[in-house]
Amino acid sequence: MKIEEQTTTPIDVGKLIGRVEQFRSGGYRLVQINATKVGDLYEINYSFDKDYKFENIRITIPIEMEVPSISGMYWGAFVYENEMHDLFGIQVKGINIDYKGNLIKTTIRYPFGAGAVVKGEKP
Amino acid sequence: MTKRIVIPFGPQHPVLPEPIHFDLVLEDERVVEALPTIGYVHRGLERLIEKREYPEYVYIVERTCGICSFIHSLTYCQGIEQIMEIEVPERAQFLRTIWSEYSRLHSHLLWLGCFADGIGFENLFMNAWRIRESILDVLEQTTGGRVIQSSCKVGGVRRDITHEKLEQMAADLATIQKEIEDLSTVFLQDDSIKHRLKKVGVLSKEDAYHLGAVGPTARGSGVAIDIRKTGYVAYGKLNVEVVTENDGDCYARCAVRARELFTSIDLIKQAIRKIPEGPIDVKVTGAPNGEYFSRSEQPRGELVHYLKGNGTKFLVRSRIRTPTLTNVPPLVKMLQGCELADVPAIILTIDPCIGCMER
Repeated sequence: MKIEEQTTTPIDVGKLIGRVEQFRSGGYRLVQINATKVGDLYEINYSFDKDYKFENIRITIPIEMEVPSISGMYWGAFVYENEMHDLFGIQVKGINIDYKGNLIKTTIRYPFGAGAVVKGEKP
Repeated sequence: MTKRIVIPFGPQHPVLPEPIHFDLVLEDERVVEALPTIGYVHRGLERLIEKREYPEYVYIVERTCGICSFIHSLTYCQGIEQIMEIEVPERAQFLRTIWSEYSRLHSHLLWLGCFADGIGFENLFMNAWRIRESILDVLEQTTGGRVIQSSCKVGGVRRDITHEKLEQMAADLATIQKEIEDLSTVFLQDDSIKHRLKKVGVLSKEDAYHLGAVGPTARGSGVAIDIRKTGYVAYGKLNVEVVTENDGDCYARCAVRARELFTSIDLIKQAIRKIPEGPIDVKVTGAPNGEYFSRSEQPRGELVHYLKGNGTKFLVRSRIRTPTLTNVPPLVKMLQGCELADVPAIILTIDPCIGCMER
């Protein structure tokens, strides 16, 4: 089995837009954006691909920090950015289609930002 | 100026087996804007990873989708194996490949049937699903499950397939191939289908690429992305042909799926010819500590499982990026400028799996 080479580069939030612009002008497609809660911080991974070369950039932020939207460069990013807001409570500034918390309707507000609750089990 | 009106489409609609909603902004009968809403059946499966040990989570992850269940479990197991540096036996990789391609066959046949029904060809729907039954029979005979196979595990697979059974499967594929030839001839040659689908819901090659389209949605617009080309499981040892069409319309996306049925049959035959003897699993000890983006090619396109472990039995994060989620922005683009009557057919051509998307 071939093992896919993957790189993850941590960057500052201030450099996000510039770095994503480089991917866009370099002909990369946006594969996904995802968030992970690590302690009190949130890691956000932006994944890109060109000719099966898979690259990630990562920003790490506290919950009160606003993240700039990349939907100006990758129009389809709105689904990931709205999802990140609705599940984790991460504020994304300037999304081209901003659902303002209504893309994913959940009983618990920002369910991925709090402790996991399983039905029938004590929290 | 023509007055604009907004028509709600879904979440309940005859062509939608699962709920998704669109606000369609119309000028007369023409759609000028489509605004999607999802989240009606969000299940929070990803968070269960914090409450289930990583080997157990395979049973949850394969319930993300009732159609590509096996490929979800494969992608998850592959991610864990990469983090833990587990070398999976080659025979297990070939078995995973064979079951993946059977999953693709049954998914594409299911879609072709649903699509035929959606555009008014009920008999074609029944024919597609009749052939699909023989595929499901093989999955049941070899794994014990028609829908949820549970044959993949971290470190390999749970079941082997005997040499005699593999030979029988190869022989049966010849019959199935003939039936699929007859079926696809109707999809690809029938004038009324062409009339209904040609030049409808066009997605340009550039839009498909930059809006993140994957799978037959991308390949129907001439974007030759197929993660099987990265050589995961046993695909690196097989000749994988990427099927593309260039028109980017509903017919092109339908044609890609119809033609991919033959490539799947070919891949299964190749895998049966080349499958080596040997063990089907290895013993796994310890817990994953690290992260990996595990990618595979589902019937609907590229699937990504992001997995992050901290050295305990419970992962910190499992994130499943399904192809339907990333095909939503291209769908919005396809709907712009179409006729209201074509909306159901266009939505169907991305093969939306809302259950997958609302994992």
